[in-house]
Amino acid sequence: MTATADMKALRSSACVVGVDESDEIGNLPGKSQLTLHLEAVTNAVRDAGLKVSDVDGIFTAGQHSPALLGEALGITPRYVDGTTVGGCSFIIMVGHAVAALHHGLCDVAVISHGESGRSGVGVSPRRDTSLTGQFEAPFGFGGAPTLFGMITTRHMHEYGTTLEHWAQVAVSTRQWAMLNPKALRREPITVADVLGSRPVVYPFNLLNICLVTDAGGAVVLTRADRAKDCAKKPVYVRGVGEGTEHVMVTQMKDLTFSEATRLAGEKAFRMAGVGQNDFDHIMLYDAFTSGPPIMLESLGIAKRGEGVHFFAEGRSTPGGRLPINTNGGGLSYTHSGMYGIFPIIEATRQLRGECGQRQVPSVNLSLVNGMGGMLSAAGTLVLSTERGR
Amino acid sequence: MEIDRPLPSPITPETKPFWDGLREQKLLLPKCKACGHVFFYPRAVCPRCSARDIGWIQASGRGTLHAFEIAYQVFNKAWKIKPPYVLAMVELAEGPRMMSNLVNVEPDPKAIKCDMPVQVVFAKLTDEITLPLFEPAQ
Repeated sequence: MTATADMKALRSSACVVGVDESDEIGNLPGKSQLTLHLEAVTNAVRDAGLKVSDVDGIFTAGQHSPALLGEALGITPRYVDGTTVGGCSFIIMVGHAVAALHHGLCDVAVISHGESGRSGVGVSPRRDTSLTGQFEAPFGFGGAPTLFGMITTRHMHEYGTTLEHWAQVAVSTRQWAMLNPKALRREPITVADVLGSRPVVYPFNLLNICLVTDAGGAVVLTRADRAKDCAKKPVYVRGVGEGTEHVMVTQMKDLTFSEATRLAGEKAFRMAGVGQNDFDHIMLYDAFTSGPPIMLESLGIAKRGEGVHFFAEGRSTPGGRLPINTNGGGLSYTHSGMYGIFPIIEATRQLRGECGQRQVPSVNLSLVNGMGGMLSAAGTLVLSTERGR
Repeated sequence: MEIDRPLPSPITPETKPFWDGLREQKLLLPKCKACGHVFFYPRAVCPRCSARDIGWIQASGRGTLHAFEIAYQVFNKAWKIKPPYVLAMVELAEGPRMMSNLVNVEPDPKAIKCDMPVQVVFAKLTDEITLPLFEPAQ
């Protein structure tokens, strides 16, 4: 049996049955990041119509281990996963959870994120690694904007993409945030506003860069046969894929293309039995305005250099042909640091039809794609209301 | 002289020859003795052929500006140089890329182009540490 055949056996074998954020998201100096985890888990389990004591698989990335979450929740899990490859870790964990559920290693899996990214409550100090400390910090690098900008200026050089193109991504995403009561930034913006916002590190102004917030989020999965007994309409995990290419951005083979994303997408589409152009709703990890277009190119949805055109008025925007980042994204809704749990939550809500003003009509097939680090790692999901054949 | 930027830390046994070379104004790069691959950063195994036998060569100090950014604020508490300053990813003539700063240039996107030729300048920070910075090639 080939690896591909194995993946196909997992198609729609498990469902997302519960999703939610922490009680509040945004600027929360009164809550530790452990509390953000615990609120998110209890909320998502309730959304599924389950009890915390039903959970026997714990998946989490970041500073708190799955063992700590089990302890804090008062449960002793049969299965744990702490894969930490950046903000897409939670997306990758959906695939890991599907495999574990399929093989009976656990029955109810919770993927949890909690991060006090803005207020730093209950957070351990970050330190440079040996590699960043030697080969980046002495030149003034520090934090993602000083690294993702390299990918962005190279893309501009090779494809003629412009600051106006990137700005349109922020504008499209903000239009969705204006329809999401949970979004932090809801005032309208224009391309000129983005270009006129405070320069941080060329090519990025402030409005090209994600928010920095405090937030938790959690996703509950169970096998498809059990999902029918849960509170909400099950969302089938039709396809999953993951990949990693590099950590240090100097090591990326081609700065304008994410090999990790290509790998993750190809695996997820093949497992799901769908083409890259079959989606009617897309969630892309948007830490920077240049990320989503490059992801579309790396996934094969857009031609090289043409991803930015998907964000034009009438395409990705509300009422457009291919809605993208309908929660308002990391750019305008929330971005606690490891954003990857939130696109899964939004895709699930869109597929369930729970999104109120921002609901996309008749969503059947949703794509979730996230990055870890600087397009270093990637996770892709194909989610659907239907099991598929 | 006051040190105006973070010192490389922590230096490991595998990277020490690189920093030792810079002290003598030599830009050294690891080279696989089995397959000839020149790579950076230094590590114990060749990332092309997995051989463990790694030597060092002296680089020409020439390359191109593969990508760049202009920092308008400080991103590290130990950084004392006033913005704006240019963050650079240099592709060395020998192949590998490294992060650095582009100096002796106007920190303006109109004055800086990807693929422009650059050459190394050695910036002595302390008796122990010299950094490889780059400037537009003559």
